[in-house]
Amino acid sequence: MAQRTRYKRGYNFAFLDESSKKELRRAMLKAVAIPGYQVPFASRELPLAQGWGTGGLQLTMALIGPEDILKVIDQGSDDVVNAVNIRKLLVQTTGVATTEDTQRATLIQTRHRIPEEPLCSWQILVFQVPYPEPLRLVEPSEAKTREMHAEADYSRLWVHLYEDIVRWGEITIGAQYPVMVNGRYLMDPSPIPRWDIPRLHMADHLNLFGAGREKRIYAVPPYTKVEPLEFEDYPFRVEDFRGKSCAACGSTSTFLDELLEETTGKRTYTCSDTSYCAKKRAARD
Amino acid sequence: MGYVPIKGGLKAIEAAEELVTYFRLRGGSPPLEAEQIRDQLRLAVDRVMGEGSLYAPFHAAVALKQAEGDVLEASFILRAYRSTLPRLAYTQTVDTREMRIIRRISAAFKDIPGGQLLGPTRDYSLRLLDLELAEEGTTHVKEFLAAYTFRLDSINAPLGLTFPKVVDMLRREGLLEEPVGGDGTGEIPDITRQPLLFPAPRSARLQAMARGETGGLMALAYSSMRGYGNIHPTLGELRVGYLPVRAALEGKGKLVTVGTVLVTEAEVIARMDGGGKGQQPRFTLGYGLCFGHNEVKAISMAILDRAMRSTVKEAPAEDEEFVLYHTDGIEAAGFTAHWKLPHYVTFQSVLDRLRRRQENQGKNEQKEEVTGDGPKDEV
Repeated sequence: MAQRTRYKRGYNFAFLDESSKKELRRAMLKAVAIPGYQVPFASRELPLAQGWGTGGLQLTMALIGPEDILKVIDQGSDDVVNAVNIRKLLVQTTGVATTEDTQRATLIQTRHRIPEEPLCSWQILVFQVPYPEPLRLVEPSEAKTREMHAEADYSRLWVHLYEDIVRWGEITIGAQYPVMVNGRYLMDPSPIPRWDIPRLHMADHLNLFGAGREKRIYAVPPYTKVEPLEFEDYPFRVEDFRGKSCAACGSTSTFLDELLEETTGKRTYTCSDTSYCAKKRAARD
Repeated sequence: MGYVPIKGGLKAIEAAEELVTYFRLRGGSPPLEAEQIRDQLRLAVDRVMGEGSLYAPFHAAVALKQAEGDVLEASFILRAYRSTLPRLAYTQTVDTREMRIIRRISAAFKDIPGGQLLGPTRDYSLRLLDLELAEEGTTHVKEFLAAYTFRLDSINAPLGLTFPKVVDMLRREGLLEEPVGGDGTGEIPDITRQPLLFPAPRSARLQAMARGETGGLMALAYSSMRGYGNIHPTLGELRVGYLPVRAALEGKGKLVTVGTVLVTEAEVIARMDGGGKGQQPRFTLGYGLCFGHNEVKAISMAILDRAMRSTVKEAPAEDEEFVLYHTDGIEAAGFTAHWKLPHYVTFQSVLDRLRRRQENQGKNEQKEEVTGDGPKDEV
């Protein structure tokens, strides 16, 4: 019972009441059993605004235990205000240990990135999802998109991609690139860059996606096929950082943030994954 | 070395929070008491309770103080607080015939059983800015209250009456459709415990609208009234009053009155319906009910309730997904505010696409110069 004193009084461990957590875990189990399928759940209101990671946060709250080591990132960084805020709430209500080191964390909540270092089978990655429905691009009605998923009818999205090519010479989707999971369900991988998509494919770890405002949970279990939509003659491509490197650690194999220096107008690049970058610098020095 | 714009988040947040308190207090005027807000900003409190989906006037008043009067923000605070409370029981269905009325009007009939009761309304007041209010002091308040209650006592004012309902009268005469219920099982889904799925039962739609944002509901209802799918509403009855709430609590066999809530109820008589085969045509009903005294919300809700039942969906207000997904103030405000969060990664990603497109176009243009008949871009 030692941990009782470690978190904020007057609140249950990890904020949510136990029956809500149970409901969330059930939805997560269903999501794992049907990879890529969006499981509806009754999202709770949290002291964090909807649209700011309440879906991911509810999953984390339902999963976290006193022994977990938590990492929270936003845009690849541990120190962005929203990541700080989410970490603060979780620490206040659980008292768990936190880390910035990807390889030490048991539970990682993220917005818009997958950490650069590969994750292991004992790690869980929780994504914050703004738009769970990949077909929303072509169909605004939820009742209709659910029917399209049930029938695996993804023709309208394929046509959309084809028209993109006709019009622009290439598929123009930047981040949040639609993927086919386990050869069955079309899935929105959350607004991660295309750079991160290949790292969902046959990964060792469990990926859980939570959309709070839209009230959906879905999953990519370990060792599951995740294939971006592509045409034989127009293959999927990740962001192009050829000839560029991180100004801080020198990395040429990571997703880079572009920075404009105010005084000189010079364009430089740094790793978007700040903890990986710091680790690399420490190893070098 | 490159400049990293996002370090030091924790310190920045703490400093910002301190500044918020400073901006709230820097005028140096005496702090607002929660009781003052509860009593004198009655309608703001009611809105926060409705949109925050928790009937708690004192907590709503504190939330308004904390949010510096921002009703959306205060509703959000109350909604989040609600999440921490256990669900002890479901109350028995309330019957608004039991309502202790403070206001009740009908726009359909001049003479309704029980009569029209104007109640506390500023509908017919001229909206002249009353600068005398700036001079209001505690003596004014005491004097007014003493004189007013003396008069009330002397005429034995009939406050807190119950009245028969206008719609019952219409139903007895066969002019109005019978109540349209949920899914027929008698079960009412709890939208805070079960996800809202489409098509949604009417009971779920009404629950979602009861916690909807007043302005959002009004905008969509107004679009319907103006002509985007007009259902031709007539306000059958609007009532404001107190309702007893009863629940069977654990360990106690019988029903217990757990409290009284102030609610606004609107019943809108709308476009007639052909009825089934062999049935007479009848008017249809739109229903709205919300916490507190909020007439615009209850009326908007009733109009949308009816609009969403239209069999042919032609206007936004008739599409339940469109209405229900976009009128929750907490969800909409949260997502609108989220654009302030960093989107560096996604932006980098689209930047990559744009540059590539520009490159492609550059190549095409070069080709065009050589051959003279390259592909034409349609943009």
